[in-house]
Amino acid sequence: MKKILLTCCLLAGVISYSQNPMQGGNVTGNAETNIQYLNTDTVIGAFAPEEKIVMNSYMNVNYSLGKFRAGVRFESYLPSTAGYPSFYTGSGIGYRYAQYAGDRVTVTAGNFYEQFGSGMILRAYEERALGLDNALDGASIKFRPVDGIEIKGLIGKQRVDFADGRLINSEGIVRGIDGSINLNELIPRLDTSDLRISIGGSLVSRYQSSTNDTIILPANVGSYGARIGIQYKNFYINGEYVIKDNDPNEHNGYIYNKGHGALINLGYSQKGLGILLTAKSIDNMSFRSDRTFEGNQAFINYLPATSNNHTYNLAGSLYPYATNLYGEVAYQLDVLYKIPKKSFIGGKYGTDLHLNLSVATDHVRHTSDLDFETNRISYVGKPFDMTDSLYNFDFNIHASRKLNKKWKASLHYFHFIYNNTVNKITDHEKFIKSEVVVGEVLYKINRKHSIRIEAQALFTEVDRGNWSTFLIEYTISPNWFFTIMDQYNYGNPDESLRLHYLLGSFGYTHNRSRFMFMYGKQRAGILCIGGVCRPVPATNGLTFTFTQSF
Amino acid sequence: MKNLFLLSIAIGIMGVFSFTGVNDGGVDKKMPSVTLTDMYGKTINSGDISNNGKPIIISFWATWCKPCRQELNTIAEEYDDLVEEYGIKLIAVSIDDERNKSKVKPVVDAAGWEYDIWLDTNSDLKRAMGVNYPPQTFIIDGDGNIVYSHVGFVPGDEQDLYDALLKLMEE
Repeated sequence: MKKILLTCCLLAGVISYSQNPMQGGNVTGNAETNIQYLNTDTVIGAFAPEEKIVMNSYMNVNYSLGKFRAGVRFESYLPSTAGYPSFYTGSGIGYRYAQYAGDRVTVTAGNFYEQFGSGMILRAYEERALGLDNALDGASIKFRPVDGIEIKGLIGKQRVDFADGRLINSEGIVRGIDGSINLNELIPRLDTSDLRISIGGSLVSRYQSSTNDTIILPANVGSYGARIGIQYKNFYINGEYVIKDNDPNEHNGYIYNKGHGALINLGYSQKGLGILLTAKSIDNMSFRSDRTFEGNQAFINYLPATSNNHTYNLAGSLYPYATNLYGEVAYQLDVLYKIPKKSFIGGKYGTDLHLNLSVATDHVRHTSDLDFETNRISYVGKPFDMTDSLYNFDFNIHASRKLNKKWKASLHYFHFIYNNTVNKITDHEKFIKSEVVVGEVLYKINRKHSIRIEAQALFTEVDRGNWSTFLIEYTISPNWFFTIMDQYNYGNPDESLRLHYLLGSFGYTHNRSRFMFMYGKQRAGILCIGGVCRPVPATNGLTFTFTQSF
Repeated sequence: MKNLFLLSIAIGIMGVFSFTGVNDGGVDKKMPSVTLTDMYGKTINSGDISNNGKPIIISFWATWCKPCRQELNTIAEEYDDLVEEYGIKLIAVSIDDERNKSKVKPVVDAAGWEYDIWLDTNSDLKRAMGVNYPPQTFIIDGDGNIVYSHVGFVPGDEQDLYDALLKLMEE
């Protein structure tokens, strides 16, 4: 421990001295601290730990000098805040790297984040608010022999835990190589062409020794992907197809099926109009650096949810959808249109419309002519082979308009059908149909003062019944904000659970520093940020958050 | 050993203080050099940006981030003037991941934004610039130094940004 502290102090000292512009070094980074004082509230099911006060804290420090870069992240969980992975404990260094970034070559040693293609084959990333961090720890090299060609290679173990202040990596080793060619950059005379083409391919493999007595487990599991992107004037299409070799693991019940992932985007866009159609097919594609893991840890790849990322509280947190890891077929349509300004319908400033429709279903499992006893292949799945078993349906439409210099308003409607048997998040069995309406107004009192009001209602005949949310926010630019939010489960069939979840908060921002206090009750639900969802428990208490970037 | 320990703590503390002093306002900070792409897949090195010696606004945003889009919509109303009268350029850096990355182009086109758009899918630039959560907006001066940064957006914050730009143009 002393050694670590010693190194850190020296590092901090050295780094800050070299901050002197004469020497040309550059220090950047950020810090975040979350402290909670928790109370137990049996009615909403919030439990305070014995410590009462809990804290998560991080600081990232990056140092660069010319083409050299290095950085560390200090992390503290004393103990971790409500809803965070409770196995994160202690204080220490959770991330450190050194890098040389030349014109054609970038070499990194230590921890790094990376994505191949769409990430369906490999994505090491960090989503701090959700406690997700699957950084690789090893070495990576990126090489650009000529403009338009990039080759990436990496070998590393993956972060799976942070225990007693120490970074814990996976047992398995991840190896990957990826190549991409951008024809318009590669061939100079195509640089100004209306037709733009890029292609790419990846190969990722995991090694983990096999220790099972009853079945023969493959120690090396490979995954292969190819992708293409074409753009012609206002039209574009891009797609990726990934195959995973047989990967018997805890999550899939040790079956020897292959897996696949396919993702296609087809779009048209011009000024004032954007249309996008997405198609996705996934089967048996959960790929982890440790075959015995379940939950959110140790993912090598990333399977994006095919639906809109809703941010209004009732639309986003009660019945949110996440990709079914066993497999699904999903489609999504987005249409964005701006009714021109100074038109009869568009008004003086124009009106923004957005329509989004998404549907996800189960996929067909072909089981004829299979001999499970001999080869442990439980079914055969084919791309885009959908069934009529619905996982999720989401239709939503949004209109927003600036009325005049003082007023802005928006209206939103959502219709959800959520399959709670497949992705269970509440006690209700089968489908939950719900409708949400939201109205929002913003009034600019003067140059610095504004007031914003949100009124939301969710209607459903099942589960916990109807909800309403009322939010009022007062802001003073560029420093202050004050918010009161009341979420009220007025339609709960059980009268004793018709509760108000009242949450008050205020914060202060000064340039790149920001702090916030929040006090009240927070409902149990699902927190979704950046397309990944994680359950958060009910909490009752005081939360203090401080963020600083430097 | 104990002396060495104390000494290094002392160096550390002095260092931290000295850098908070030097760094006030972040004047000596250069735009970090990170490789990412634009909306058309073209490779870009963030360290190479230039705008004929005129300031550049860098704004981190995401399609799902309401205050980000509000900020970019607000600046869009004045953007013609910023470009034509002051030669200022805005680069909107999308940190959307694969779930929403393909929505960036329709969102940008439908909104009619004339900004340069970068895709920071792997969050490399976000990390290098110390961004915690979007939106965060920076001003880079004509020499590539980061001279202003603000976290979050509430109505009126754009005036703060314009004031900082005008101050910079007068210098």
